[in-house]
Amino acid sequence: MSKAVNVTKAVELIPDGASLLVGGFLGVGSPHRILAELVRQGRKDLTVIANDTARPGVGIGLLIDAKLVRKLIVTHIGTNPETQRQMIAGETEVELAPQGTLAERIRAGGFGLGGVLTPTGVGTVVAEGKQTVEVDGETFLLEKPIKADFALIACWRADYNGNLDYSLTARNFNPVMAPAGAVVIAEPTEIVPVGAIAPDDVVTPHVLVDHIIEKGMSNGR
Amino acid sequence: MDDKVVIAKRVALELRSGNLVNLGIGLPTTVARYLPAGVVVHFQSENGIIGMQPVPEAGLANEFLTDAGGGPIGAVAGAAAFDSCMSFGLIRGKHLDVTVLGGLQVDELGQLANWMVPGKMVPGMGGAMDLVSGARRVIVAMTHTAKGAPKVLKRCNLPLTSVRRVDLLVTEMAVIEPTGAGLVLKEVAPGVTVEQVVAATEAALIVPDQVPVMAITE
Repeated sequence: MSKAVNVTKAVELIPDGASLLVGGFLGVGSPHRILAELVRQGRKDLTVIANDTARPGVGIGLLIDAKLVRKLIVTHIGTNPETQRQMIAGETEVELAPQGTLAERIRAGGFGLGGVLTPTGVGTVVAEGKQTVEVDGETFLLEKPIKADFALIACWRADYNGNLDYSLTARNFNPVMAPAGAVVIAEPTEIVPVGAIAPDDVVTPHVLVDHIIEKGMSNGR
Repeated sequence: MDDKVVIAKRVALELRSGNLVNLGIGLPTTVARYLPAGVVVHFQSENGIIGMQPVPEAGLANEFLTDAGGGPIGAVAGAAAFDSCMSFGLIRGKHLDVTVLGGLQVDELGQLANWMVPGKMVPGMGGAMDLVSGARRVIVAMTHTAKGAPKVLKRCNLPLTSVRRVDLLVTEMAVIEPTGAGLVLKEVAPGVTVEQVVAATEAALIVPDQVPVMAITE
């Protein structure tokens, strides 16, 4: 059964206040049509978990510009002065996490683990309020898993069943996030017939994916 | 020679053929331009590729092939692309030979602060905390002072990137090696005296009898 749906219908599934895992690295490999539609439909009070907020006017930056985000969990906001402004003004809550730690927390969330033990951040402000664990004489931080109501991911190809593959550095967090979203919406560059992606080339297996965004026939949607 | 060119050229001399190397955004990225002849390294970009080349070949720029600053790059034959867990697994798991990072402050313990100035500039740590914790060798490439104020301090007063002692600090004035005994002045830049380095440094420096001049070429 085809999982393809148009972007308007897909975004209507997302309520105000939803938590969203959003793929991409400075907008590369972000689901741009979904993000633009979230702004068009005016979803608000969102929690966004992502690597970064890109730049004003780009990718997740669109949500920031429109002030639709209540809380961010990200690794880097240096490229988006508006995010920094909203953080310092107290308009948007921002939790900064080391990039490798964020990736592993999401992986833990999607794969049923109770957290991860990482040396990253031990002894720094990142460790404040967190439990440390000694393993064979080395100190690690216990970092808790992250899950979300939705994973909004971008991929290169999707077949109609939802098998996904990715391209180059547009892969980044996308395959890591797919297992951690209660509902997974994938925005492919291309939709291909079932079987066109060889089993060995499937990165995200179809069972994880709920909806695939169709290419719009008009108006870019 | 421009200060940043001095730094980049000197850092480039630290890289060895076969190294897996991650260069931070900004000054560290320019190190790739000054690799000595015959030295071939693998560059990792933490957004998910080994085998990046700094500039795409003409006509081959690809919207899905970018560096950690979001700019277009190329990929050498034999490059490998992967997700963020693999990328940071390589970094945290001690598979990365060298990282070169910029710095705001380095102190007598060899600790680095480079990710925020509270209340003023909060870019976030991105991959820096994982890189400093996990790379086999951490090289800090930064200017020796900021607007005349020392950046090599007794203790960092900005939030640390890691409690790990970095392996080498390269500035436009000096090469400094943090050790268990303190900061050792290893080299001075051409035209710079030991006294000038000491005067521009708040931290105590261990100064050997002989301090050679950086072996960089024009």
